[in-house]
This record gives sequence, C-alpha cells and structure tokens, in this order.
Amino acid sequence: MSADTRRIIAGPFNRVEGDLEIRLDINGAAVREAYVNSPLFRGFECILEGKDPRDALTIVPRICGICSVSQSMAAAHALAAAEGVTPPPNGERIAAIIHAAENIADHLTHFHIFFMADFARAIYAGEPWYGMAFEQFRAKNGTAVQDAMNARASLLHIMGLLAGKWPHTLSVQPGGATKASDLRDRVRLLAIIRQFKDWIEKSIFAAPVERILAIDSLDALRAYHAEAPQSGSLRLFLTICDALELGSMGPGPKRFMSYGAYPVEGRHLLPSGIWEDGAALPVDTGLITEDLTSAWMNGETAHPFEGRTLPDEAMANGYSWCKAPRMAGQTVEVGAFARMLMSGHPLAATLLHDGAANVRARVVGRLFEIASTVLALEQWAAEIVPGEPAMVHGRLPQSARVEGLTEAARGSLGHWLVVEKGRIASYQIIAPTTWNFSPRDATGTPGPVELALRGAPVRQGEETPVSVQHIVRSFDPCMVCTVH
Amino acid sequence: MKRPGRTVLWLQSGGCGGCTMSMMCAENPGLFATLENFGLDFLWHPSLSEESGSEVIDILNDIIAGKRTLDILCFEGSVLRGPNGTGKFHILAGTDRPMLEWLRLIAPLANYVVAVGTCATYGGITAAGNNPTDATGLQYDGRNEGGALGAAFRGRSGLPVINIAGCPTHPNWVSETLMLLSEDALALSDLDTLRRPRFYADHLVHHGCSRNEYYEYKASAESLSEIGCMMENLGCVGTQAHGDCNTRAWNGEGSCTRGGYPCINCTAPEFEEPGRIFTETPKIGGIPIGLPTDMPKAWFIALASLSKAATPSRLRQNATADHIIAPPADRNTNLK
Repeated sequence: MSADTRRIIAGPFNRVEGDLEIRLDINGAAVREAYVNSPLFRGFECILEGKDPRDALTIVPRICGICSVSQSMAAAHALAAAEGVTPPPNGERIAAIIHAAENIADHLTHFHIFFMADFARAIYAGEPWYGMAFEQFRAKNGTAVQDAMNARASLLHIMGLLAGKWPHTLSVQPGGATKASDLRDRVRLLAIIRQFKDWIEKSIFAAPVERILAIDSLDALRAYHAEAPQSGSLRLFLTICDALELGSMGPGPKRFMSYGAYPVEGRHLLPSGIWEDGAALPVDTGLITEDLTSAWMNGETAHPFEGRTLPDEAMANGYSWCKAPRMAGQTVEVGAFARMLMSGHPLAATLLHDGAANVRARVVGRLFEIASTVLALEQWAAEIVPGEPAMVHGRLPQSARVEGLTEAARGSLGHWLVVEKGRIASYQIIAPTTWNFSPRDATGTPGPVELALRGAPVRQGEETPVSVQHIVRSFDPCMVCTVH
Repeated sequence: MKRPGRTVLWLQSGGCGGCTMSMMCAENPGLFATLENFGLDFLWHPSLSEESGSEVIDILNDIIAGKRTLDILCFEGSVLRGPNGTGKFHILAGTDRPMLEWLRLIAPLANYVVAVGTCATYGGITAAGNNPTDATGLQYDGRNEGGALGAAFRGRSGLPVINIAGCPTHPNWVSETLMLLSEDALALSDLDTLRRPRFYADHLVHHGCSRNEYYEYKASAESLSEIGCMMENLGCVGTQAHGDCNTRAWNGEGSCTRGGYPCINCTAPEFEEPGRIFTETPKIGGIPIGLPTDMPKAWFIALASLSKAATPSRLRQNATADHIIAPPADRNTNLK
C-alpha cells in the first residue's frame, strides 16, 4: 500500500441481508481496490451431510429468511431429478406463484427499504431531489417505505393461501405443491395479485405495467421520465441516476448468467443463458468450479459435486468465508438485470455502460422484473384448474448425483446433491451472492463487486463512502445465503 | 397518548434473518406504526436503519460506555461459539470482535433481553447435525439452561432472557412482546417453563387446526397434499407443539397445516433434530410414537381405536384425497 493510499474497513454494512464487511484501499478521491468479506459461517452443507435427502426440504429454506422459497425450489428440483418426477401443471403453477411472490417481495424490500434510504442521507441535503427522497424513502419513516411494507404484507397473503406461511414453507415439494387449490383459491389469488398490480402502477411506475414493459430503449426510458419527473418512485430514481451518474457507476464483469426459473409445462418463463459480448450462450454447469484461494476453507478448487466445506478454523489464509465460484474460470454477474438481458428485453442492452452493468441497470432490471412477473402471476393464477392435482409422488433412489437450479431474487442459485445409501453424502450450494460477492481467485481476479467498487468516488472525510453503499446495495446482497 | 420512548437494539448473528422478514409482514397496524405508537425506538436494526459502518459501531460503543440507555436488546440468530470457544465464525463486520463478545458486553446493560426465533432461544436449525459452529441459544443450549449468557444471567429488570421461539416467529409474537415490554407489563409468570411468552405458548398448534374432524376420527392422510389428519403418518406434532398458529393466522389466512404440511414443532428446543424424518411418523406396533400433550397413553389408544371404528365414510374418503370429494350431508338442525 503506497503512502497516499488509506484503508477503510466498512462494516457492519446494514440494509443488506446478513453481515458484510468491505476493506477499501482508497487512493485520492477514489477506491483503488476492494476486498469483500462475508464474516458469518454457519455450515449448512456440513449440517446436511448424513441426513435423509427429504429433510433438505425442511433445512435448506432456513439458510435464508429472505430467499427461503428459492432455496426450497432448488432442493425440490434436485430431488425431483433424483426421483424422476415432474409436477402436474397445477403444481408447477402453484410452485411458480409461491416462488414469484417471494421474488417480487424481495425486489420490493430491496428498493424501498434497503437501497433508496441512502439517497435520504444528510450528505445529499443540497440536492434538488433531496426533499422527495427524504419524504418518501428515509429509513423507517419514509412514506413510500411504509406504503411498500403494507403492499408487501398484502402480497404475501399469497403465501398464507398457498404455502401456509412465509418464510420457511414445506409446501414446495419435488412433485409439486402440498396444497391443491380449490375454486375460491383461484379468485382469491387473482384478487391479491390485481390489488398489488394496482399498487405498483400507482406507486412505483405511475403508469400501467404494460406501458412500462413496452419501454424498449434508454431513450424511451428518458422520455417516460421526462413526461412527469415528479411522478412515481421509478422516475424519482431516474432523476437521481442522472444527478449522480448512476448509469455508469459500479461496472461489473461483462459476463452475465441466469439458470432460468419458473418451469411451467416444459417452458421456463425466465430463460437460462450466459451473456457475453452481446451473445447468449447455453449454461454448462459442468464448467462451474469453486476456488478456495481467498476463502477460510481447506481443500482444492473443485466442481460442486466434488467440493467439500472444510472451514479453516485458524482463518490463516484468505479474507472471507465465501468460496469463489467461477464459470469456466471466469466471474459472472447474476441477478434481475442478467435475467432481463437473457430474456431479450430490448431496454436491457441499452442500459449497459461500456458493456457492463451499473447501479441504474441493476435497479431498473429489478423494477421491470416486478412488472413482468406480476403479469405472469396473474396468468398462472388464472390458469389453475380447481380440482386437478398439485402434486405427484416419487421414490428416492438409494444413490443419486443431481443438481437443482433456479433463480432467486438476487440471481442464480444451485444445489448439488450426492445421495449414497439413501443418505446425503454431499450437499453443495452456490447462492447468487456467492457469485456476486466472491473474493479473489488463484489468478487474483476480483469478484464482481470487488471489481465494481474499483474507482468508486470518495468524498472528503467519508468513513463509509456513500458511493460504495450505492454500488454494494445495487447488487442486493444476501450474505446469509452467500456462505450458508 | 404516546408512551415514553424505549430504546431497542437489534442484533443478528447465526440465523437466516427470517424472523425480521416475518416481522415486516405485521399488518393492521404495520410494524412501524406499532413501534411508534408504543414509543419503541430502534437505535439500530440491521435491515431497517439508515446507519451503516462506523455510525453503528459508535452506537454500540455509546451503549457500552453508558452514554445511551438500552431498554431492550433483541437478538436474532444463534450465538456461534466456535471455533474452539472463540466465536470467530461470526466476527461482527468492521469490528474485529466476535458477536459472542459483543453480546456478552451489551446484554447485561439492557433492561430486557429478548431472543427472537428458535436459533436465538435454543440454538435452532444452526445447531442441527454435527453443529459445526457450536451454535447455541442465548440462555439455553437446546433443552439445557446455560447457552451463551449462562443460566444465572438476568437483564437489569431482573428477568431472564425472554424466548420468542419459532422458526420463524409470527410477526405479532414479536410485536406484542415488545409492546408489553414497553409498558413493563411482562412478568416472569407470563413466561412458560421454557421462558416463552405464554400469550402464544400456552396454546397448542392443534387448537383450531382445520383438520380437527379428521383427527377426531383418526381419518389420516397417507401422503403430502392429502387433506386428512397428518399425525398418524406424516409426522405432524401439532397436538404437542406450543403455539397459536391455527388460531392466529399467518400471512392472511395461513398456517403450516393449512398449507398442507405437518407441524414440525418449531417453537421447541431441539426441533431441528427430531430423530426421524420430519414428514414421517415413527410407529411401534402400528401406533404412532408421540402422544397428544397431557393424554394418558392407554386412553389415547382406546379412544383412537374406538374413533377409528366410527370414522364416517365421508371423512375416510376425503382424508386421502387432495380436495373434498364427499361433502357433509345437509341436515335440518332446527329443533322442533
């Protein structure tokens, strides 16, 4: 570290799920290097070893209180692969509705409670938009914060209706969902979904969702903004994007990945793929490895079917409990924006800056996904056939080697399960934030957030630079999933 | 009339954050309105507060230095004692100090200490399996008193740790406990033998279960998604589990059993290691192990065999279906 470089340890980093510490080497008015530490290790992969594979459905949702259903889905997909079952259409739709409700609720929580509060900080008091940001988004008391909490609670009535409760449901099963819907469930669902749709159209978009989803370029987004800059939270965010240049802040690696999600009758609503240089390539999970160079973990770089979780209790080498997953040796960025690119939405590519995602792209990606998912929710609910089964029953084999892939709100989630003699021999999990918040690998290549923080502006006297907070939270990290 | 302010510090450690996520589902009134109207002031909450980094560390140090009064400490997640008693499986970000130490420094300064969720109360799911992190609850390690703070620990109020057990906790188990504490209205006698607030723990999950009629006649579901009683075959322990889950709805109108899956007794110590598969009932000689609470075994067997013999055909048919196939007969119940 040269003489003109100072070091800041930023943490505890709140308004992210779980605990996060970031070491920043700051040179002049910008971050030179960042090192991301996930400081909490719980050892779920160790806890699962030796158990009956079916117990994973009780244990894995408890990895995470915010993406609990996504964890259930990944386990259910892995077990379904082992059993060789496919849920009946009603079961797929009900599972997709439960999963999508969680993902939407998470996006809502992220935008209103975790992310926007930083623009209500006193440091921005001189900005022309500060009054609105403070009124609507200041932590705990902002009007939009309270509104969003109520809208979220109402949306999650979907869980009470279909999944018993949230978080930590056991309703998502390899063969579908445990509660078959009846006549009234269908219309009650539609009532909840339509009420929520009305709310996002009023509060977030100040426009119909169909109109939002038709925005097909950055210019069209600007035109939407210019129509009524004071109207709707998305427009307030776009005002702030322009003022703080968030459209170029926090560039990640120029590769994106999605595993795809919401399989219904042979088709995933969200497609899988890897995006690089404008081309979408298929995902080959055989090329995934986890590198342990910077992790407090013992063992070698390995594919998750071969990898183990052996914590280095001396914490001798490394700076995080997080392993460093790589796809064909490279970092990838995952999340709603990656999914937007993969889905071919024309706005997505125009939000890239110099080929990379940024704070604006990530947040817009999430809000657009709320809009598109609400339409899907409405369609799935309408298509439920009362009286038809929601679940089939399979038998687990004595041995299996299977993966379960899905998309949590924050990005790609995979479970790799090895069953021997009817018990879990190995259970490896790579969560979205494991990808995005990974430490450096053997080549010294930084993880996506570590890269995105390079060059982040630092104001005079800042202890935890606000730009760092915007960039970190733009990824919506879930630290409890990261290390699990 | 607004109550005088009570300060609340919320810390998270070896858990999933799901009790906070659940608490944010509070409705009518919502969470923030409830807090405000009972004068509950969050000095810091990891998911809800603006303060980050050094601002947070200042708050913690001010409490330790006696510059700020702490009325209520809420702790969510297990306390990780490993490796080797150091607590280093969770060093609080930015502090180089294990959460175990922060807890032991701050807890004695709080008037009330509240463990939120089964991880914080008894160790919970983080203590499952081989318990790789030596996870424990604040004042219980499973069923044994002790835990991270020790059996003798008392908050400044004289109360031991209040255990809001549940995985996750219902939003209102937490908000009602906090409301009561804001009025100093929760006494030791309001806690059960495992120090859970009795207002929810004196009920059984069985109370108000929508499958009660199937239970009465031992009309049992055989597989998940069937609507019969889940006690005989599917591992449901709602007749033994403490909680008002079926009289106080979750997320509108839900509960585990209404969602089609068994109660796994998540408000109890050591629920994470039931010694069996969660969704299967172990049996000896065809009789389920695990009797309903307070029920003599001989009577249970006698009543069960009697009621099984008397099961109406309607219930027998419906119990193994995924929706009602035989509706109740329409009878004129007017007394003439």
